[in-house]
Amino acid sequence: MALISLPRLREPSVLPGFGLALGFAVAALCLVVLLPLAALVLHALSIGPAEFLSIATDTRTLSALRLSFGTAFIAAVINAVFGLLLAWVLVRYSFPGRRLIDAAVDLPFALPTAVAGIAMAAIYAPNGVIGSLADKVGLKIAYTPLGITLALVFIGLPFVVRTVQPVLEEVEQDIEEAAALLGASRLRTVLQVVLPHIYPALLTGFALAFARGVGEYGSVIFIAGNIPQVSEIAPLLIVIKLEEFDYGGATVIATLMLAISFAMLFVINALQARSSRKYGNV
Amino acid sequence: MAMSDLTLPRAHTPERATSESLLARIALIGTAGCFLAAVLFLPLIVVFVEGFRKGAEVFFDSFTDSDTLAAVRLTLLVAAIAVPFNAVFGLSASWAIAKFSFKGKNLLLTLIDLPFSISPVISGLVYVLLFGAHGWLGHWLKANGVEIIFAVPGIVLATVLVTFPFVARELIPLMQSQGTAEEEAALTLGASGWHTFFNVTLPNVKWALLYGVLLCNARAMGEFGAVSVVSGHIRGLTNTMPLHIEILYNEYNFVAAFAVATMLAGLALVTLAAKTLLEWRFSHSLAAAHRH
Repeated sequence: MALISLPRLREPSVLPGFGLALGFAVAALCLVVLLPLAALVLHALSIGPAEFLSIATDTRTLSALRLSFGTAFIAAVINAVFGLLLAWVLVRYSFPGRRLIDAAVDLPFALPTAVAGIAMAAIYAPNGVIGSLADKVGLKIAYTPLGITLALVFIGLPFVVRTVQPVLEEVEQDIEEAAALLGASRLRTVLQVVLPHIYPALLTGFALAFARGVGEYGSVIFIAGNIPQVSEIAPLLIVIKLEEFDYGGATVIATLMLAISFAMLFVINALQARSSRKYGNV
Repeated sequence: MAMSDLTLPRAHTPERATSESLLARIALIGTAGCFLAAVLFLPLIVVFVEGFRKGAEVFFDSFTDSDTLAAVRLTLLVAAIAVPFNAVFGLSASWAIAKFSFKGKNLLLTLIDLPFSISPVISGLVYVLLFGAHGWLGHWLKANGVEIIFAVPGIVLATVLVTFPFVARELIPLMQSQGTAEEEAALTLGASGWHTFFNVTLPNVKWALLYGVLLCNARAMGEFGAVSVVSGHIRGLTNTMPLHIEILYNEYNFVAAFAVATMLAGLALVTLAAKTLLEWRFSHSLAAAHRH
């Protein structure tokens, strides 16, 4: 049917079931994803600009957004460094336990966030394994932005490792041999010859870890202590607004979060495109 | 290499120009190991240590609580609905996207991945705005006696949204790389469309399907943020296992909280083991990204 009425929308094929498969997929997508998101957009539009602005510039809203984006950014930077190190070690070296570590990197994907959350809280609380040590030197981890950052490091780690790892595997050793033959030191070869191939993937991993960290809820709320304007993250503020039946407040914060996240992903995509052009895809 | 065989014996073997010195390698592996131990393994170990802190008896007693059992049942029920739904969605989306070429395919791919870039809390919020008491359809639902928010249907919907892309994104790249030749051959030989799908396509993607289902299930059973927003936290009725952990933890019932957590941690370990096994044994029949 679609073939007759709209001949240019798809290439002809002998396989059956296009209409059924696409129909079900699009219907499911609309019902589960698009319709609810449209409700969010409609609700945001129904709030007057003045009210929107007053909720958006509320000090509690602003400090929650600053905290969520700030801790997610620092955690993503830490993950970029250690994720690259882990990917390097897993791809380049063979040592006992390598396969176990390779499999374990995905643990944060598999472990429910609430489980990770209470475990982190138990570790970093003032009476916990690491928390008590930190307490002796006067460092508070739980119930501070530092604790939130540590939880986000746990959540974001696999994103960086899993995006960098396959690209690092593809890097040809020829270019390293060439660099070495031309007299470059090993450090210079790694920094100036190998790593530039990794940058686009590293940036993608960073962006994924960052985006996940901004929205993360379960693993953070237990360790955060949720003190308004100190350790209250934006997703938690949405939950608090909803519990007060303040749909408008929740919608404004959610809209701001989505807008900032998409804007940042857009910038990162543009940066990535530039770095791919500069160094070429491996 | 042949040259070095002829020269005088050396005190130590020369370092390869394309690798780091032994010392640097040990330092890098050591740093990575310490980082992993502190960040990944310590939380996992702590879950089991805290669960058994007051002995095995108290640990196992935690599971006789009727609210805990209700939470386990609800979690299983939600996963039993959400995972098959997303598996069917993944199969139909990948059939349409991978086996046909049509306008708007890239947009469709982007939209399918959308739930990954939304905070789980926002995934719950959108359903509250749609079906909640003050939501767009709230009055109509109330007039007709349908409960979605603060009830099981809302939990199922939020879980479906959060786990939506898992199966599809495993199947699409694999089915794209497999092409349509085998299906065309089957059809030419007279097989019906469904016969072709079940006997040609499905066997080709079965391990990738299992892989996607495993990840989807782990996330469905462990989802916290989205479910927390729509559940209403009614003990024994709308508490899933992760929500029950939160309640127990906030009541300072740490042993019970960690005992329930060990079940979910066990699920995570089984998922990881099964996933790793699939990657090792059937790497050729998984999407390219998983060929380690």
